[in-house]
Amino acid sequence: MPIDIDIAHVARLARLDLAPERLETLRSQLSAILEHAATVQSLDTEGVEPSNHPLGFVNAFRDDVVTGSLDRDEVLSMAPEARDGYFAAPPAMGQE
Amino acid sequence: MGLADLTITDAAAGLRAGDHTSVDLTEAVLERASMTEAEIHAYLTIDRNAALEAARAADAELAAGEDRGTLHGIPIALKDNMCQRGVETTAASQILAGYRPPYDATVVTKLRDAGAVLVGKANLDEFAMGSSTENSAYGPTRNPWDPGRVPGGSSGGSAAAVAAGSALGALGSDTGGSIRQPGSLCGVVGMKPTYGTVSRYGLIAFASSLDQIGPITRTVDDAVALLEGITGHDPLDATSWAGEYPDLRAEMDAGVSGKRIGVVTEFAGEGYEAAVTEALSRTLDQLSDAGADIVEVSLPTVELALSAYYLIAPAECSANLARFDGMRYGLRVDGETTEEMMARTRAEGFGPEVIRRILLGTYALSAGYYDAFYGQAHKARTVLRNEFATAYEKVDVLMSPTSPTVAFPFDAKSDPLTMYLSDVCTIPSNLAGDPGISVPVGLDPQGLPVGVQVMAPAMGEPVMFAVAKEIERLSGFDARPTMLEELA
Repeated sequence: MPIDIDIAHVARLARLDLAPERLETLRSQLSAILEHAATVQSLDTEGVEPSNHPLGFVNAFRDDVVTGSLDRDEVLSMAPEARDGYFAAPPAMGQE
Repeated sequence: MGLADLTITDAAAGLRAGDHTSVDLTEAVLERASMTEAEIHAYLTIDRNAALEAARAADAELAAGEDRGTLHGIPIALKDNMCQRGVETTAASQILAGYRPPYDATVVTKLRDAGAVLVGKANLDEFAMGSSTENSAYGPTRNPWDPGRVPGGSSGGSAAAVAAGSALGALGSDTGGSIRQPGSLCGVVGMKPTYGTVSRYGLIAFASSLDQIGPITRTVDDAVALLEGITGHDPLDATSWAGEYPDLRAEMDAGVSGKRIGVVTEFAGEGYEAAVTEALSRTLDQLSDAGADIVEVSLPTVELALSAYYLIAPAECSANLARFDGMRYGLRVDGETTEEMMARTRAEGFGPEVIRRILLGTYALSAGYYDAFYGQAHKARTVLRNEFATAYEKVDVLMSPTSPTVAFPFDAKSDPLTMYLSDVCTIPSNLAGDPGISVPVGLDPQGLPVGVQVMAPAMGEPVMFAVAKEIERLSGFDARPTMLEELA
């Protein structure tokens, strides 16, 4: 079963700015991998619950106590751009 | 043979007998690295001064009678997807070039508390995605047994360091076989613990429901010693097991007499090299002679495990790697808008395999496809777990080859699907959450090491180690890479 993928849409969802010829190569590779992966659909899973934590863990709680956090200056020293104690980024929307 | 070739167990005994110091051991592995690294490239970073400082501290403590246990003063390598405060940690990706974590992973904290000497950060496939270490953005690691061949992956640097003597032991991470397969290809022991029994806090996440940190060592005893140093509940990892932990040494010297060992019949036939199949049957004969009861076990759903894995792992990686967006750390490629900056940064910072898996996972999770792919894969996982559980009602452990092949040449598996098949025997344990170990048992006619895998039910480490140790003893495997003989 050949699988049709709107690769440009998927790349946009994944925030990957890739050239069209590269996308085309990826589309055919993904199609082959998905065709193989789709064999999992042949398994009868009627009434089967999905597995999440392999040991059946559902949730983990800890006491609500205040603990230390990472040093802000040390963290911001790793940032590509920081200003006034914040991470800095280009505008969220394009400018006219 | 020198100090760099000792087992952890012997090195620890020698420290206490006054045969050598931690500084001696650390200098020996650093010296070995200086001879082998130009060819092998097991490490991305070696922290020579910090290692020697830690070794001097260990020597002072031991001299003062402050003994922290087996790992005290032992030089250990960390896979470079484990955060070590202040030490460059890249997961072999350009997108994290220059990143120095502001915190230690829990396994790093535990190794420090145990007095271990952290030698450096070992190479890997970028973000642990791969089976050959060819996907490292900083160049591949070469196999010490034959530098024309891959060391396996993704923990190829860790396995090569242990095989070459540039560490006495190493930590790797295993999402689909990334500890056990390079262990097999490099002739060392590689062990994936039960999911949730080693904290993943500070491990750069790939597929969170599958990832598990574990030891790579020269012997089964060493694997136990290293695992003892890192296992246990951690409140910083919400998936960390908070219940009882087994005594890993409970059955260590029990042998295999009366044990029931199941051989997975699906892991044979086309694609399995003769030397691999022969090594397994020879091992089974030895175990049978030693009193084990060998039975064939069929697990039909393992045929679909690879398919389920290549939906679950990419889906989880696409979510986990969303955090690498040029905002807070690592690479940034400028753009007019935040989104443009992010999309350019990610396209430039991630390598081809990582991009492939992110796209695959994004597709599998996108509207309209979730149930058919990711949802169905998790149901298949339940079916597989039930099959394993039924098998373990009849047998104590299961066995198979670790990898269908011995170490393969560079560029031999450039087609992604062909490469994915390298992990066919190891992926099922990750899906089930169960432990598995690869033990070297011999060499193929070309002189390349072959391993066998022992699998056990969740928390079944004690019986798994018992069988693994007996396999090790019966095989008498003590070969070393020829390049090490030439150094001497």
